[in-house]
Amino acid sequence: MPEKIEGKVIPLPLDNIDTDQIIPAQFLRFLKKEGLGKYLFYRWRYDENERPKADFVLNDPRFKDGTVLVSKKNFGIGSSRENAVWALTDYGIKAVLAESFGDIFYGNSIKNGLACIKLPESIINDIIEKAKEGKLTVTIDLLNKKVVYAGKEISFEIEEYARRRLISGESEIEYTLSHYSKKIEEYERNMKSFVKTNFNEALRKLLEG
Amino acid sequence: MPYSIIDKIWEAHEIAKEDEMSLLYIDRHLTHEVTSPVAFSDMKKKGYKVRRPDLSLAVMDHNVPTDSKVNPTIDELSKQQMDALWENSKTFNVPLLDFYSPYQGIIHVVGPELGFSLPGLTIAAGDSHTSTHGALGSLAFGIGTSEVEHVFVTQTLWIKKPKQFKIKINGKLNKGVSAKDVALYIIGKIGTGGAIGHIIEYSGEAVSDMEVEGRMTLCNMSIEAGARTAIVAPDEKTFSYVKNAPLAPKGSEWEEAVKYWESLKSDPNAKYEKEIEIDASSIKPMVTWGTNPAMVIPIDGEVPYPSEVKDESLRAEYERALKYMGLNPGQKITDVKVDYVFIGSCTNARLSDLIEAAKVVKNKKVSKGVKALVVPGSEWVKRTAERLGLHRIFIEAGFEWRHSGCSMCIAMNSDRLPPGKRSASTSNRNFENRQGPGGRTHLVSPAMAAAAAIYGHFVDVRNVEISEVV
Repeated sequence: MPEKIEGKVIPLPLDNIDTDQIIPAQFLRFLKKEGLGKYLFYRWRYDENERPKADFVLNDPRFKDGTVLVSKKNFGIGSSRENAVWALTDYGIKAVLAESFGDIFYGNSIKNGLACIKLPESIINDIIEKAKEGKLTVTIDLLNKKVVYAGKEISFEIEEYARRRLISGESEIEYTLSHYSKKIEEYERNMKSFVKTNFNEALRKLLEG
Repeated sequence: MPYSIIDKIWEAHEIAKEDEMSLLYIDRHLTHEVTSPVAFSDMKKKGYKVRRPDLSLAVMDHNVPTDSKVNPTIDELSKQQMDALWENSKTFNVPLLDFYSPYQGIIHVVGPELGFSLPGLTIAAGDSHTSTHGALGSLAFGIGTSEVEHVFVTQTLWIKKPKQFKIKINGKLNKGVSAKDVALYIIGKIGTGGAIGHIIEYSGEAVSDMEVEGRMTLCNMSIEAGARTAIVAPDEKTFSYVKNAPLAPKGSEWEEAVKYWESLKSDPNAKYEKEIEIDASSIKPMVTWGTNPAMVIPIDGEVPYPSEVKDESLRAEYERALKYMGLNPGQKITDVKVDYVFIGSCTNARLSDLIEAAKVVKNKKVSKGVKALVVPGSEWVKRTAERLGLHRIFIEAGFEWRHSGCSMCIAMNSDRLPPGKRSASTSNRNFENRQGPGGRTHLVSPAMAAAAAIYGHFVDVRNVEISEVV
């Protein structure tokens, strides 16, 4: 993963963009995560006959090569579907800048190398304003925790864990297994006895009446 | 240092800390057919095993047809996902409640009713409404598919400890006002992002008075205020609810468990980053008018005027929502007609929900032109309701009586709200296109949904005749 992400800004100035809008539930029925970019913002992007809607930003030729999405409050609230992140990254989005993010979406984004950066309302509004013509490029510097655009340098806060993971892109599972397997085993040895369950056995009894 | 229930359960499960993240042990992992296939394929590719199949449970719920077990209406993609879960559960030795299981249902209904979910535990599931299980006094997290895989392989989760938000609901609820109305009222007050980054702990007289299933509705809807999850400290009501569950601990294990659970109450001086108090008596039956659950008014209210909204982006959002919903500012919500009524979902499809709806429906008929369906939250709820004769009340009134599943809450099976049609729905999300492309959703309580089915428009259920049903 790069320490710097650079790309053209796509403004989507709405609050409360929920994951149902990012990718509708009907496209959650696949068995893989690849190829979801074409369903990104599906109902805003296409009409009922699957023709692109001219008034939606992703259909505007000026933003075709955009890779940094800028939105407002509570981006990614709602359902836990990681497909929302997969749709964004498959489309080519590398970062999302917003005032705030839904918690589960935010967690999912880190695991997939999608940088979600929280910025104050005034900065978001300024970026959106400057991005209107499809000519604004922004650089997200994860190393120095700075967003650079139109000659301005804005510092941002990001959890150290998220920043490290975005830069390294290493597998969280491998990391946990190699560093904490012993601690997990130790924890399991001391678990309270009521926590343990034998669901299959109990279910068998239940079914036998 | 005084501890909240959140601190107590957190600390008991924290294996390690790194930067701002904690590695939490997960005691129970629920999974369904939609958010698991990518996790399982990656595990196959990498040769991972499910670390603790005994602490895992797979259930088919999102895609399952609800019309028939014999001749179900199902599309190829849904079938593929259900088949994949069947195959993966065999490969990885994870217990499965499949489409034909007599205990199949929505994971958030099945977990508590079987006693798989218990107080004092950490619970995770690849579904945002996992917060529901917090009503038992557990810390329950909705997670994404990468995390589903992490939990399967390591039985742990990396998570930043959320801030804590205490919501105290004082006094008594008025007759005809349910946990759903309380939840909608709170979301209306604090907004869709009001609890982002927080775990909500509900307390106060109205919460103590609430039955466990009502608390589940409250915790379930907390995600719609942005909460990471929600919790209610376990009490006598919780213990007797859990004790009835077939898989609950027995004998000395039960004694040990209750002793532990009794210690989980928040200490008197526990610290919360946010606190609000709410007067239960001021809450009326609620109806959403817009395209997120915070766009909500009491049943005697009117659709708001965007022109009166000061905040520019909120005004634009209101205008957009009104256009999508086909409503006019100033319109009385009781004048709004409905085409569909959906009583179901992990929010409101437990036995007590069906009883509340049946009390309104008994000896009445569904209004002409309204399509109404009851989709019990689990096959167990369905059977129990049938034993009580509730199905006859619904069927005689003109409701469809279905098998369990997520159904028209998420519209992944064939149960969909057609374009332009309007529903009164007991589910949790009124987002654009949620119940079907172009569908218009109004979120309400089970009793309010039942009343809308009878009258063909929203009515104040407090003025509707209520019959005894059990």
